[in-house]
Amino acid sequence: MNKEYTINSFISENSRPLSSLFYFVLIMTIFFTSSPEVFFSPKFHQAVLTVYPIIIFLVIPLVFVVTMGEIDLSFASNFAFASWIFSLLIKTFSIDPFLAFLFGILAGAFIGVLMGCLVVYGRISSLVASLGALFLIRGFLFVVSDSKSITIIEIRNHWIYDLLVGKFFGLPMQFIWAGIFVIISYFLYHRHVFGAHIHHIGDNPESAAQMGINVDRTRIFCFMFCGIGAALAGMFSTLVNFTWWPTQGFGYLLLALASVFVGGTPTWGGVGTIFGAVFGSGVIAYMETGIVAMGWSGLWRQFFNGLIIILALLGHRFHGNRIR
Amino acid sequence: MEPIIELRNISKNFGGITALNSVSLEVNEGEVVGLIGDNGAGKSTLIKTLVGVHQPDLGEIFIRGQRADNWNAKKAREAKIETVFQDRALTPQQSIVWNIFMGKELRYPLGFIRVKEQQDQANRIIREIGFTSKLIDAKSQVGNLSGGERQGVAIARAIYNDAELIILDEPTTALSLIETQKVFDFVNNIKAKGRSVLFIGHNIFHVFDISDRFVILDRGKVVHQLEKSDVDSPENLIKIMKETVEKGE
Repeated sequence: MNKEYTINSFISENSRPLSSLFYFVLIMTIFFTSSPEVFFSPKFHQAVLTVYPIIIFLVIPLVFVVTMGEIDLSFASNFAFASWIFSLLIKTFSIDPFLAFLFGILAGAFIGVLMGCLVVYGRISSLVASLGALFLIRGFLFVVSDSKSITIIEIRNHWIYDLLVGKFFGLPMQFIWAGIFVIISYFLYHRHVFGAHIHHIGDNPESAAQMGINVDRTRIFCFMFCGIGAALAGMFSTLVNFTWWPTQGFGYLLLALASVFVGGTPTWGGVGTIFGAVFGSGVIAYMETGIVAMGWSGLWRQFFNGLIIILALLGHRFHGNRIR
Repeated sequence: MEPIIELRNISKNFGGITALNSVSLEVNEGEVVGLIGDNGAGKSTLIKTLVGVHQPDLGEIFIRGQRADNWNAKKAREAKIETVFQDRALTPQQSIVWNIFMGKELRYPLGFIRVKEQQDQANRIIREIGFTSKLIDAKSQVGNLSGGERQGVAIARAIYNDAELIILDEPTTALSLIETQKVFDFVNNIKAKGRSVLFIGHNIFHVFDISDRFVILDRGKVVHQLEKSDVDSPENLIKIMKETVEKGE
């Protein structure tokens, strides 16, 4: 009886991440059964596992922002801004890559704080403010780089390369870092005052303010966290490719957003799921390459991406509407 | 003895509208003050200013004789002033336990929450309050509770902090007779413990029953203050209130 209660309560308390896991398993089952020769090849998964962590670094902080009832689109350009700082410091100023990495994180955090201030003090909707920032930062990067890429092939010989994107028993190191990032984020989201306040603000900001929560400060910190995630994603991407280029990160804009919602975090704020987002990111990461690996033309990729997003969101409707 | 809280000449404007006009009010230790007035008299604005949700444009706030600068909601709660707001200030998609500890979470160092301890405490408090008619776990979502149960959560939050002054803004609105009686029992209980209460209501009969002193607010001004010994019945209080308001027009 007690065991039954525990299983039932576990399912009801984790219905969103569990249904995201279901979509992930479903997609993988389809892929494995339809094209086993490709999907049983470790090389195929290694290629996906190189991209997957980058999506994770972008998506997890977005779950925080969406739970808070906001949105941040600027991450796709912040991705390139932070990694530009990182590459520039290494290439042009010959700064130690570890220090450059720290500066890259600071740069991402700085853009995040600016975004937060724009929303909080400028009283602009986060959708519009971050849309503006998305183009503004990208435009700035085109101008300052003269639309030229920066290659940092020399980083291969630095210890930071092995530590961040090397191999650990065949597993890409960035996968391990992404795992650590997910665990820390899970505790921040569910077991930390920061996460609790974000849930309250997304649910009812007036109530949160009446209870003494510093709503403005929490909002700014949340956008800063999103900036840090974008910076990490950008620098990991640069390290994997040994190259920074001015359009870097733009392709992740819609994929990362789709991962949040496929992962089971609803648009209305107050609720969300970290593990759901991890599975959602998995669905999106595998869809990107899986369709082609199944033998379909790449032209179908966006069609199936759209289809899975709509089907997943319809599935998440079973978790009910917003409770007021 | 110093009052727990004292407002001196507080004024608050919203745009061109004066919500509070040089309001002075004090609440002493162990007393229940009834704040009454018609709709739009400024009761809720006064409460929100008193607990730091709104900042006054003019005037001063004193806590136990000490002037409170940069007064805000966090400082009010730290000064052991808790409020049950008219809208209850709950977050319906969160659990009872998260609502009870909203803004006052039990923490480990670095801000991590004492999850188990919060849950045990929340379960204990909701049983003590006795607002829940059925076996509700502290993990339940507040949005799934009845109006009375939600009021219970808001009250549980107020008493958990061991408040010295509890402000109840229209606490009996939309409650059943039994639930209303429970609110009265709660007020009498905390009064017996020597705590202070500021009770806001437009039902004079409710306010009359439990208050030691009455403050009448009209169009953002305190127009009359009187002790319970000055009035012998709720009807008499209504008559005084009506005459005072008419005199001011």
